Amino acid sequence: MLLACKDLSLSINGAPILRDIDFQLSAGKVLGLIGESGSGKSMTAYSIMRLLPGGSEIGGSIELDGNDLGTFSEAQMCQVRGNDIGMVFQEPMTALNPLLTIGDQVAETVRVHGDASRAQAQQIALDTLRRVELPAEKYSPARYPHELSGGQRQRVVIAMAIALRPRLLIADEPTTALDVTTQAQILTLLRRLVDEDDMGLILISHDLAVVANTADDIAIMRNGRVLDSGPARSIFSQLKHPYTQALYAASAHVPARAGRRVDRAAPLLVVDQVSRDYRLPRQSLFGPRRYFRAVDEVSFTVYRGENVGLVGESGCGKSTLTRAILGLDAIQHGTITVGGEPVLAGMAMPRELRRRMQVVFQDPYGSFNPRHRVARLITEPFHLLDNPPTGSARSRAIDEALESVGLTTADADKFIHEFSGGQRQRVAIARALIIHPELIILDEAVSALDVSVRAQVLDLLAELSGRYQLSYLFISHDLSVVRSVCDRVLVMRRGKLVEQGTTNQIFEQPAHAYTRELIEAVPRLPEAPG
Amino acid sequence: MLRYAVRRLLSLSLTLLVASLVIFVAIEIVPGDPAAYMLGMNAAPDTVAALRAELGLDVGPVQRYLNWLGGMLSGDFGTSYTYRTPVVDMIGDRLMISLPLALYALTLSTLIAFPAGIIAATRRGSAADVSVMGVTQLGVAIPNFWFAMLLVLVFAINLRWFSAGGFPGWDQGLLAGIKALTLPAIALALPQASILARVMRSSLLDTLDEDFIRTARAKGLSTRQTLWRHALRNALIPVLTIIGLQFSFLLAGAIIIENVFFLPGLGRLVFQSISQRDLIVVESVVMLLVFAVVVVTFLVDLAYAAVDPRLRRTN
Amino acid sequence: MRWLQHRNLWLGAMLAAVFVAAALISFLWTPFDVTKLNIPEKLQTPSMEHWFGTDHFGRDIFSMIMVGARTSIAVALVAVSIGIVAGVPLGLAAAARHDSPLDEIIMRSNDLVFAFPALLIAIMITAIFGPSAINAIIAIGIFNIPVFARLSRAAALGLWTREFILAARVAGKSASRISVEHILPNMLNLLIVQGTIQFSLGILAEAGLSYVGLGAQPPIPSWGRMLAESQTMITFAPHLALFPGFAIVFTVLGLNLFGDGLRDYFDPKISRGRH
Repeated sequence: MLLACKDLSLSINGAPILRDIDFQLSAGKVLGLIGESGSGKSMTAYSIMRLLPGGSEIGGSIELDGNDLGTFSEAQMCQVRGNDIGMVFQEPMTALNPLLTIGDQVAETVRVHGDASRAQAQQIALDTLRRVELPAEKYSPARYPHELSGGQRQRVVIAMAIALRPRLLIADEPTTALDVTTQAQILTLLRRLVDEDDMGLILISHDLAVVANTADDIAIMRNGRVLDSGPARSIFSQLKHPYTQALYAASAHVPARAGRRVDRAAPLLVVDQVSRDYRLPRQSLFGPRRYFRAVDEVSFTVYRGENVGLVGESGCGKSTLTRAILGLDAIQHGTITVGGEPVLAGMAMPRELRRRMQVVFQDPYGSFNPRHRVARLITEPFHLLDNPPTGSARSRAIDEALESVGLTTADADKFIHEFSGGQRQRVAIARALIIHPELIILDEAVSALDVSVRAQVLDLLAELSGRYQLSYLFISHDLSVVRSVCDRVLVMRRGKLVEQGTTNQIFEQPAHAYTRELIEAVPRLPEAPG
Repeated sequence: MLRYAVRRLLSLSLTLLVASLVIFVAIEIVPGDPAAYMLGMNAAPDTVAALRAELGLDVGPVQRYLNWLGGMLSGDFGTSYTYRTPVVDMIGDRLMISLPLALYALTLSTLIAFPAGIIAATRRGSAADVSVMGVTQLGVAIPNFWFAMLLVLVFAINLRWFSAGGFPGWDQGLLAGIKALTLPAIALALPQASILARVMRSSLLDTLDEDFIRTARAKGLSTRQTLWRHALRNALIPVLTIIGLQFSFLLAGAIIIENVFFLPGLGRLVFQSISQRDLIVVESVVMLLVFAVVVVTFLVDLAYAAVDPRLRRTN
Repeated sequence: MRWLQHRNLWLGAMLAAVFVAAALISFLWTPFDVTKLNIPEKLQTPSMEHWFGTDHFGRDIFSMIMVGARTSIAVALVAVSIGIVAGVPLGLAAAARHDSPLDEIIMRSNDLVFAFPALLIAIMITAIFGPSAINAIIAIGIFNIPVFARLSRAAALGLWTREFILAARVAGKSASRISVEHILPNMLNLLIVQGTIQFSLGILAEAGLSYVGLGAQPPIPSWGRMLAESQTMITFAPHLALFPGFAIVFTVLGLNLFGDGLRDYFDPKISRGRH
C-alpha cells in the first residue's frame, strides 16, 4: 500500500476540522476526493503534506510506504515534499513565482533535493517540461509565468511536482480555474503520468463528473468526514449513501421548464453584425494604434420568452458582448436593438430602454454594495422609473420581489453579509426582477455556487421564466448547465459566433468542429442505476 | 527593457520641464520685478535699473525663461546678487556636503531597516517582532532635527565623541569628513529606517501569504529557503517605491539637519539666500533639488524593471 | 466589546486627546500669560510653580506648549483638509474616466507635485512672500493633494471593476452619482486612516518648517520654533529642548497609534502595523 490514512483527525486552534478520515491508495491508482466547499478535502491534502497553519493538531496516522509521516521531523518532511510527494494547486495564475523563469522554478525542485549540478538540474527541468507537453522548442524555459496561459502555467506547476518522479501526487482542484477543453487535457495528462511513473494520485474536486472518469477509487467528504468510499464503479452504480445520492441528483439536475411560450413572431433582443475593438498599448511612440477585435461581427436574436445560452471559453469575447448589450461599452460596428430600440452606450441610452433588461452577475460576494441593506440594494433599478413607487407601494414591490425568489419579507432589513452564496444570488435575481424587465442577462450566474445550491437556483430561474414570460441570455462556460436550462445555444470562439441552433441540435449533432471539441471535453457523469 | 527605460525617461523629462516652468513663474514672475524685490523698498531707481540689466530682465518673460533654461543646460545658473559669484560654483561646494550626507543616511537607513524588517516578519509575534514594532513606532514619531539635538547633547556635549557641528572640509581627509557627517546621518537615518523597516515587514508578511510560497514549500524548500529564494525579491517591489520616496524626504531633511550641525550645505545656502532675498540662488537650488528627486524616481523605475520581469516587456 | 480589544486605538486616542484638549483649553486659560516677559524668572528648571520650567525670557514652558499645540494642530488639520478636499475629487474623477486624457493629466500633475517636497514649496513661497504659518499650511496642503488623489484613484479603480458598480451602471446611474453613492462610502475607511497618518506627518512637517524659520512667526508660539530657540542654550538649559520635543513625539505617536488602531478596527485581516 502506497498511502494509508488511519483515523486521521485535525483541529485548528481547538476547532475540529477533520474526523476519522480513513482511506488507502496503492501505486498506479487514482483516488478521487469529492466534496462541496468546507468539506475538508483540501485540509486532508495539507495534512498529508504537513503544510498546515499554526495551531494545527493532527491525530491518527498517515503512512507512506509503511513509514508513519507523523514521526518525521520538519527537516525530514522537507525531504519528503517534492521528492516523495508532489502537489498541484487550484490557482495556476498565482501558484508560480512571478519573478523567476519557469525553467528555474522546475529546476529548483531538483536542486533542493540531492546534489544535482546546475546543468543537470536544467536538463531534468527541460525533460520534465517536455513530459508535461511544454517542449523547449515552443515554450522556452526562459519564459516568465506571466507569458503563459492558465493551462500552460498549470502544466509548469505539474512539472515542478513530478520532476523527481514522486511516489504520490496530490492535485487540489487542478482544473477548477481552467476552461473545459484545457481541463480535459490536464486530466488526460495527469492520468498518463500516473500510468507512466506508477505513481499514486489523489485528485481533489468539487465536481463529481471530473473525478468520475479519472479516478479508480472515490471518497466523498462532508463536514470533515468521509461519508462514502469505494471503487468508482460501485459508488455510482449503487449510490447507497443518501448524500452521494443527493450530490449525484444535484449534479445531474434538469429543472422542470413548463408554462412558457416562446413567441417566435416577437424578436426581443436583436444583435446584428456587432464588432467591438479594444485599443492596445502603442508599440512605439509614433507607431500606428493597434486594435484587438474582441467581438467580431456577431449576429443573433433572442425572442420573447426564450432562454438562450451563450457558451465559450475564457477570452472568447462573451463578457465583452454582454457589456455591449447592457449598454456599458460602445460598439464599433453593427447594431444592438431591444424591442426595436437601439442600445447606446453610457448615459445616451434612454431609461425606458434600460428598464427592459437587467443583469445577474457571477460573484455572489461582489455584486452588492456591502454598506446598503437589501431593501435599498434591490430597489436600485427604481432609478430607471419615471415615478418610482414610494411609501407602502415601495414596500409592497420589495416584498413581492423577495417572495418571488424564495426569500422572506423580513430579509429586506438585512445586510448582504448575513446571507449565504445561494441566497445572495436570489437577492441579485430579486434586484433584476423588481422593475419587471423583459430580458435578464445571466452572466455566469450559477458558476460560483456548490452543486446542490446551483440546482435550487436553476429551478428558481426556470420557474420565474415561465411565470413572467422572461427571456434569458444565459452566459456560461459550463455546457451541462446551459444544456439543462436553454432552448437554443450560441457557441462563441475568438470573438466569432461559430455555431447556433436549438439545444438538441447543438448537443446531438454539432456541426462545427469546435463545438464538437467542446462537447467532447465536458466530463460526463456515469449513468445512474435504473 | 530599453523601451521601458526610454518611455520613463521621456515622461520624467516632461515632468522636469513643467517643473522648471513652475519654478520660473513662481520666483521670477509672481514677485513682479525681481530686481526691485531683491533690492528692497528703499533702493535707488538707477541701482534697480543696473540690476535689471545685469539679470537680463529687459527682455520679455518667454525669452528670459528660455535664456534661463539654456543657461542651466550649459551649466550657467546665473550670478548670485549678494555674493557676486557664479551660482553654479556656490552650489557645487555646498553639494559636496549635502549629497554625501543624504547618501550616507540612505545607506544607514537601508542597512538598519532590512534586517529589522525581515526579523520582525519571519518571527511574527515574537519578542524581536514586538520590540522592532515598538522602537519603529517611536522612531516614526520623532522629528529628525530634535533627534539630532539630542544626539548633540549626548555624544558631542556630554561624551565628547564627536564635535557638535561644523565641517572640516574634505581636504582634511575622508575620515574627518565622514566623522563630521556621522551624527547628522544617524539623525536623518533613524526615523527613515523606522518607516522602511515597517514597510519591509508588512510587505514580507503579504508575500509570505502568497500562493507561490505554498508551492515552494510543497517542492520541499524549508521556510528559510523559501524566504531567501522566493519571498524577499517579491517583497522588495513595494519597498523600492518607499526608498525612492524617502530620498526626497532625505534631501529635505538634510536641509533642516544642516541647521542643527551648522554644516555649510545646500540648506544653509538656501536659508541665507532667502533672508538676503537672493532669488537667483533660491531658484537654482530648488530646481536642482527637483532634478535630484526626478532622477531618483527614474532610478527606482529602472530598479523596478530589473526586479520584475512583468515590467520589462510591454506586450 | 469590539472597541475594548483595540489597545492601540484607545492609547492613541487618549494621547492625541490630551493635546487637542490642551490646545482647546489654552484659548480660555493657561497657567501663565505666554506674551508677558518675566526676565527675573528666566531659565528656571521645572518646579511646582513652573511645571516645565521657564525660557530665556522667563515665560512658562508649559503654557507655551499648550498654546503651541494650537498652531501644530491647526496647521496640520487645515493641510489635511486641503489634501482631502482637492485630492479625493481628483482621484475619483481620474478613476471614473480611467485611461482618458483627464486621467492622464491628473496623474501627470500628481507626479509633478511629488517632485516638490513640502519643504521646497515652503522655500519658494517664503522667498516671495516672507515666512508665516499660512505658508506652512499651503506647502503641506499642496503636498497632501497628490497623496489623497493617488490613494482615492487606486481605491476607486479597484471598486469600479466590482460587480455592484456594474449593477449600478445597468440601473442607469451616472459616473458622478456612482462615485458619490457607491465608491466614496466604500473607501471612507481608507481615507480616514490615511487622513490620520497625514495629520501626524503634518505635525512633524510643521515643526520642521517652524524650526528653520519658514513657519509660524513670533509672537505665535510653536513647538518647532521653541526648539530652534532652545538650541543655543542646550548646554546649560536642556529642559528647553526636551519638553517641546516630547510634545511633538507624543502627539505624533498618539495619532499614529490611533491610525493603526482604526485600520485594525475597520479591517482585522490586515492588522500588520502600518508602514
